[in-house]
Amino acid sequence: MAIKRGRGVAAINYPTGMNLGGDPTQALVHSTPTGNFMVTLSSVDLGQGMKQIMAQICAETIGVPTDRVVVDTADTDTGPHCMGTFASRGTHRAGNAVIQAAREARQVMLEVAAEELEVNASDLETDGQGNILVKGAPQRSISIFDVALSAHFKRGRSISGRGMFLIPRSYPEKETGAMKPSTCYAHACTVAEVEVDDETGEITVLTVKNVFEIGRALNPKMVEQQLVGGSWMGISHALYETTEPYYPDRDHGGTDFNQYLMPGPGDLAQTEIIVLERPSADGPYGAKGPGEMCANPQIPAIANAVFDAVGVRIDTLPITPERILRALKAQASN
Amino acid sequence: MAKIPVQFTLNGAEKAEFIDSGTTLLHALRDKIGDTSPKGGCHQGTCGACSVIIDGELRLSCLTLAETCNGAAITTTSGLSQGGVLHPLQRAFLDAFATQCGFCTPGMIMAAKVLLDHTPDPSRDEVVEALSGNICRCTGYEPIIQAVLTAARSNSQNAA
Repeated sequence: MAIKRGRGVAAINYPTGMNLGGDPTQALVHSTPTGNFMVTLSSVDLGQGMKQIMAQICAETIGVPTDRVVVDTADTDTGPHCMGTFASRGTHRAGNAVIQAAREARQVMLEVAAEELEVNASDLETDGQGNILVKGAPQRSISIFDVALSAHFKRGRSISGRGMFLIPRSYPEKETGAMKPSTCYAHACTVAEVEVDDETGEITVLTVKNVFEIGRALNPKMVEQQLVGGSWMGISHALYETTEPYYPDRDHGGTDFNQYLMPGPGDLAQTEIIVLERPSADGPYGAKGPGEMCANPQIPAIANAVFDAVGVRIDTLPITPERILRALKAQASN
Repeated sequence: MAKIPVQFTLNGAEKAEFIDSGTTLLHALRDKIGDTSPKGGCHQGTCGACSVIIDGELRLSCLTLAETCNGAAITTTSGLSQGGVLHPLQRAFLDAFATQCGFCTPGMIMAAKVLLDHTPDPSRDEVVEALSGNICRCTGYEPIIQAVLTAARSNSQNAA
């Protein structure tokens, strides 16, 4: 009886969104009378940072500082339609819708500015600081504050835009069954090191080293935050989480969230995160979906590490001490 | 049944309420007094989201009867900032991106504050031990541990 060490590696491709029934998200953008911009969405921020990212995307597209944008996700009954924030789709789907809406609003904003400056709208550019300038003659300029006042009180214009992003439903080909149920794949690879006690079946994850390819990191610190939490969730999926440990029997299943096992602060593996940025062709400013994707590669990597350590393949999650001991027993009797 | 009077200080301010016997401190703080910084997670004393400081000790407000708090000095996360300036722990949590959905954050900060009040320069193991009664489901804990260690360092620099 001994504590045995093993190392496992796994790589994944992970889709952004899920278009089995069509995958739409819509967005509306409009300016207030003082030239701030509202983004209206039904996409919900659960703490993953949706509002911050959508504010950045809208600000970048219109050409204003991020703090001039307010994102309202207040009510899924009254906001523009969104399928929801799941399947790593929020940044990609809602972001593309916000870009389209913000472009339309920007165009109206430039048209009003053009009337005020008595130039052609196509000769105007934004400075990113809240001003609109004549290209090549920046001394001729107007603030977006004044453009909004003009639109609202003088010219009767609504500086607003509509955004619609839809990945259409994919039907399987009749002959082959081939289909495209998702788009914009992100990629990840994890190397996990574990120790397995072959007497008790206990597993300790020593290290997880993760590389994530996530398109462009629109907010690098928030991406890192997602990946660190997600890597921990992957370990949790692999070793801890279940509501039915003897599925389909409900016996011994947790009945409340505090009985739903996840690793605590004393159970953490040494975690390394490396981000590779390869901007995607159809993502908003090159982004893919890092959210759910990042909690996947740890699972097969840990299963492989357990095999490397004690020579048993556990193909049911979570990989509990009991399952390891039963597998070791079966292996010994064969 | 007759209401029971209860008096205590909350973040330095005197509070007095008439409550039903058996009212938890969590309920009294959130629904009677209006301090919603302690969160009701499990309501059975296992998640730590409702943590408050009573007379310098970390307590679970969901398991504390309000009527036992007569004369006590109670601190919650909403009382930590001074004149709009965040407490070093709050600043460290922000800077370390140690919060996502935010539901566990006030309880984490309470637990961390009691640790740092008693142990200004804790080891990583001491931070882990201090946070082990608080459940987080977003961050993976590491950013929270780092935030507490950073706050401890900034406190010791200020003291020096």
